Amino acid sequence: MSPRRAARIGLYAFLASAALCFLLPLYVMLVTSFKSLDEIRLGNIFALPGTFTLDAWRAAWSTVCTGVSCEGIRGGFSNSLLIAIPSTVFAIAFGALNGYALAFWRARGANVLFALLMMGAFVPLQVMIYPLVRVTAMLHIFGTLSGIVLVHVIFSMPLMTLLFRNYYAALPVELFNAARVDGAGFLRTFAHVVLPMSPPIIVVAAIMQVTGVWNDYLLGLVFAGRDNLPMTVQLNNLVNTTTGTRLYNVDMAATLLTALVPLVLYFTAGRWFVRGIATGALKG
Amino acid sequence: MAAVALSNVSIVVGGTTIIEDLSFEVASGEFLVLLGPSGCGKSTLLNGIAGLVDLHGGSISIGGRDVTQADPADRNIGMVFQSYALYPTMTVAENLSFGLRVRGASRNQIAERVRRTAELLQLEAVLGRKPAQLSGGQRQRVAIGRALVREAPVFLLDEPLSNLDAGLRAELRRELKLLHRRIGATMIHVTHDQVEAMTLATRIAVMRSGRILQMGAPTEVYARPANPFVAGFLGSPQANFLNGAAHLEAGRLAFAMDGCHLDLGGYVLSGPAPTHGQPLTLAVRPEHIRIAADAPYEGRVTVVEPMGNHHVLWIEWRGHLISCVAHDNRDVRADQAVRFEFDAAQASLFDVADNRRI
Repeated sequence: MSPRRAARIGLYAFLASAALCFLLPLYVMLVTSFKSLDEIRLGNIFALPGTFTLDAWRAAWSTVCTGVSCEGIRGGFSNSLLIAIPSTVFAIAFGALNGYALAFWRARGANVLFALLMMGAFVPLQVMIYPLVRVTAMLHIFGTLSGIVLVHVIFSMPLMTLLFRNYYAALPVELFNAARVDGAGFLRTFAHVVLPMSPPIIVVAAIMQVTGVWNDYLLGLVFAGRDNLPMTVQLNNLVNTTTGTRLYNVDMAATLLTALVPLVLYFTAGRWFVRGIATGALKG
Repeated sequence: MAAVALSNVSIVVGGTTIIEDLSFEVASGEFLVLLGPSGCGKSTLLNGIAGLVDLHGGSISIGGRDVTQADPADRNIGMVFQSYALYPTMTVAENLSFGLRVRGASRNQIAERVRRTAELLQLEAVLGRKPAQLSGGQRQRVAIGRALVREAPVFLLDEPLSNLDAGLRAELRRELKLLHRRIGATMIHVTHDQVEAMTLATRIAVMRSGRILQMGAPTEVYARPANPFVAGFLGSPQANFLNGAAHLEAGRLAFAMDGCHLDLGGYVLSGPAPTHGQPLTLAVRPEHIRIAADAPYEGRVTVVEPMGNHHVLWIEWRGHLISCVAHDNRDVRADQAVRFEFDAAQASLFDVADNRRI
């Protein structure tokens, strides 16, 4: 056996074991979610379900009790969607506009502004929670959907601006000059020339923002208010309820349901994500 | 009335003065070429005229109107960029019409102008394509078309042909010249290619370090360069430069070097005659050196470069390598001794002290 071949086999062995490490918990969750409680009590956590049942999934979705209400986590699912969609759309819109302004218009102090924005990305978010609670309360949007969306958009600005600015910085400045000579102003150049060239980076930004918002727990808990609690918070309420028997199969199903959106997003848009990252890396 | 007039223009970019106190005028219908090596400030100057770079001082007027503070869009110019800068997500037709659409031209007017421009530049067949689906020459035509479609009286062209391969460049150069003749607009064209400058320009401005060294008709700048830089920058192979001193004997001017005198009979002085012993630089173009059996100077051919319609002979003479463009004498071989003379009437003399033409 040649050393090259041996190295190849070693490499695949490593990759396989790494994949196993990540996939094993997922496997356990999947099989458990399809089992009945009686079967779970037998303790064979790696065994395939003896009698395949979707009861746990149905219960997790629509009947299980999270805290005081017993309507499953579907309410959290729609809440999370209601939070994630506007948070992503506005974050991308403002991030793209910011990045465009910083990359092309080079206003006086633009670099200082950008540096400050980047510093914002490194300040721990917990520090800002109390001030933001006060601000949103003052604006009368604390504990509302607009409140949590605003908070998400604010916290996304450094990363979104950085993404778009770097992408736009790689575009030839002559393009922008051509639009100026053609008479297009700030917004028209953005809308007609720059934005149509942005889909690769928009996909990247959308994936990052949707997963970020979807996986958020803390901000949702603090700012969303009782009626708009996202799925993650509901999941926590469900899993940490200690009255009665612990419904492992329902917990697993609820967790998988919660993880579904980012998972589907990566599977469907992963290719574009890599492409967007790669074009940014090559040009910037 | 001048189509474009610059007075005391200076441009500072990032703390560095690129252009300092520059003034010139471009007459209506003129094809001015700004020629110079890279980094001489010619593109910056063009961007200044376009309004894409702010002036540090001075003023610019276009068509008699002061546009120093005006937006690029309000200067009544069309511009062609080096990288073409076509909008990649728009079709050719949309690229052409964008400026008109921004200005709110009527649908009929847009259609008519686009049709006319496409016809002029033979772009009718590709109007529906995106820039990525075009060849280099077609992209260049679209870029020119985008400037043309607004029918502005002044065109600014920033090295528009430099991204094309040699054959295409020559073809588009001809088209550009023809276009200029046909539409009669004022054009300011930036290039570092002397062939482009010579062939296109009605007037050349040779630039270096943010200054215009000489401005004039191509033939005049070529034949009577104002200083050694201009003499060396125009012409290929480069002019031959020799260092020596003026030698005046009985009112007859000669060029003294290494103990020999080159007769300058027939040289037309541009100013007062040099004094005896004044250090001078002599520039002689390769085509003004003639091989002849009865010629006064003898050298040895080191290299022969056949160019097809002529040969370039490199002659070693008194420690100098002299280039000579020979249209006859095709049988000259390397290592052969040849006799040559030069045409003093076509040569250039420069003062060593201040680089001025004498």
